[in-house]
Amino acid sequence: MDIKDGMGRLVGLAMAGKSPWGGSKKPGDEPAPGKPAGDDPAPVEEPAAEHPADDKPAKDRPTGPRNPWLPPSDEPRRSASIEDIFKHRGPEGPRRMGGSGGPNFRFPQRPGGKSWFPLAIAAIAVIWLGLSMVHQVGPKEEGVVTTFGKYSRTLTPGLSLTLPWPIQRVDIEGVSEFRIEQMPEGTAQKLMLTGDQNLVDLSYIVRWTIKDLKLFRFQLSAPEETVREVAEAAMRASVAEKELNDVLSGSGRADIEQAVTSRMQSILDAYRSGIAIQGVQIRKTDPPQEVEESFKDVSAAQQDADAEINRAELYAQQVLARAQGDAASFDKIYAQYKLAPEVTRRRLYYETMERVLRQNDKTVIESQGVTTYLPLPEVKKRARAAMPEAQ
Amino acid sequence: METLWETHRTSLIALAAALVALLSTVIVVPETQQAVIVRTGEPVNTVNKFKPNEPYGSTGAGIWWRIPFVDRVERIDKRVLSVDMEPQTVLSTDQLRLNVDAYARYRIIDPIKMVQTAGTLATVDSQLSQILSSVVRQELGRRSFASLLTAERGTTMANIRTKLDVQARKYGAQVIDVRIKRADLPDGSPLESAFKRMQSARKQEADTLRAQGLKNAQIIRAEAEAEAANIYAAAYGKDPNFYDFFRAMQSYDTTFAADSKSDSTIILSPDNEYLRQFRGQR
Repeated sequence: MDIKDGMGRLVGLAMAGKSPWGGSKKPGDEPAPGKPAGDDPAPVEEPAAEHPADDKPAKDRPTGPRNPWLPPSDEPRRSASIEDIFKHRGPEGPRRMGGSGGPNFRFPQRPGGKSWFPLAIAAIAVIWLGLSMVHQVGPKEEGVVTTFGKYSRTLTPGLSLTLPWPIQRVDIEGVSEFRIEQMPEGTAQKLMLTGDQNLVDLSYIVRWTIKDLKLFRFQLSAPEETVREVAEAAMRASVAEKELNDVLSGSGRADIEQAVTSRMQSILDAYRSGIAIQGVQIRKTDPPQEVEESFKDVSAAQQDADAEINRAELYAQQVLARAQGDAASFDKIYAQYKLAPEVTRRRLYYETMERVLRQNDKTVIESQGVTTYLPLPEVKKRARAAMPEAQ
Repeated sequence: METLWETHRTSLIALAAALVALLSTVIVVPETQQAVIVRTGEPVNTVNKFKPNEPYGSTGAGIWWRIPFVDRVERIDKRVLSVDMEPQTVLSTDQLRLNVDAYARYRIIDPIKMVQTAGTLATVDSQLSQILSSVVRQELGRRSFASLLTAERGTTMANIRTKLDVQARKYGAQVIDVRIKRADLPDGSPLESAFKRMQSARKQEADTLRAQGLKNAQIIRAEAEAEAANIYAAAYGKDPNFYDFFRAMQSYDTTFAADSKSDSTIILSPDNEYLRQFRGQR
């Protein structure tokens, strides 16, 4: 609060200094229009560095640059000399923005003539103490407090107090949030050798959290890199213990995930890293692009085999149905035949002969002993003529 | 301000001098570092030296002192550090090549020795990296290709670690762990032939599947035919004589059908059964 108030006054003063009406502040002068009117009593005081050369001896004498629009002051009026003009182009000259620094800067003063300096120092000290002593630790976080570099305690979520900065230092880290390492980064294929010396394109993610913040901060020089390297080593070792078909199958993948998780945890525990592996998920296990066609061919072959079996089953159904149909029709005829064997037999014979002989050329040779002349060339010709039709 | 400066000039200067003296005397050693105090070129003391299983908070970290301008402080990392090896091509006993990438984890346990022998951590790192590659090549080169892949199962990694550790002790370092990060087939012909082998294995699998499919289909057909024969036998076996007649009739129908491929000319003798009545009653 102090500093803000101080700053407000400071701004007001700076603007007063830049005012084109100058700072010929006789006590009781109305603030000029355009000035931040009546912000505080400070403008009554001598604005800093208006007349640096004149000011030094008479700090409390209200003098300013001579202003031709104002009634003459008790000082005798004289025309502006070249010196005056250049003096006004100092650091607080009319067109300079901002800067209240410069060689002739003096700290603005409080009413009563005292300096703002001690208050400003106090304000900075309060802010510094406030920032370095009070620490808010979020719900997923913990903080490590070190006293001159030495570990002293771990902050749990909530508001806590420590000694100020050079003495104690706090590093807050999200401990229970899941960190995810994606292996490999990018989409390039990463081949791994399986136990049967085949290659598999494998990508996976590792999720981990911090289980002991002080170990995590003090024990490893590069924790994230360590997690990645350990993950690679563990995954490679686990995949090398499995055969390609196991790696590609779902249950094999689950086994590998389990094995990698426990392997990583034991390695990281051996490093006393303070890292807990929450899980390893294999995102994909594919055959290498170069042999992908062959793998597709295997599933195509499976389809082919299934299709062949389906066709055979269709055929089987047809054969059986036909056999059953034939048997059934024979049974029916046979039942009739049993009732009147001779008649049925004859009827069937004549009916069949009728159909057969009606549709074919017939030659009946009545007399005995005639040698039959078979017109073979003609038969062949007819056969040849019939061929194209058939085709 | 001016008055403050005027009245307390000597005490302010004294204060500043004291501050400078304090800053150049006191050193802060964080938990992650160990410091060696070198007095005129000779290491005289260590601060926060690594001791196994020392809980944080009771280590030697914190404030320490030195003689300004006489003592030099060498700060050395106390944490577990990593050595990364350049990927190596290892030739197995069965003359197969494998690209191996390994890493080691180590820690400086004797900082004075380290300052005396290596000087800086970068030196230790590069030395250990070279030693690691040669040890890895040596140890893995004694094994067959198949056992290279599962090096973790055997004593190989322990051997490598022990050998590296012996060398590392000379630099005041202790090797905690050595792991193979990657083991890949080299690009070019080894990779190509591996792909070819995988392709032929898949082709074999595919062909076997197709052959199995054909075999199963054949069996299914044969079973169906056997079943059909059984049905026919059961039906026709009731009267083989009648079956012969019945089937002959069906067969004539089919053979001499109008849509049969070749025309038939039938020469009938008057003695034919069919023409029995044709001749009239003689």
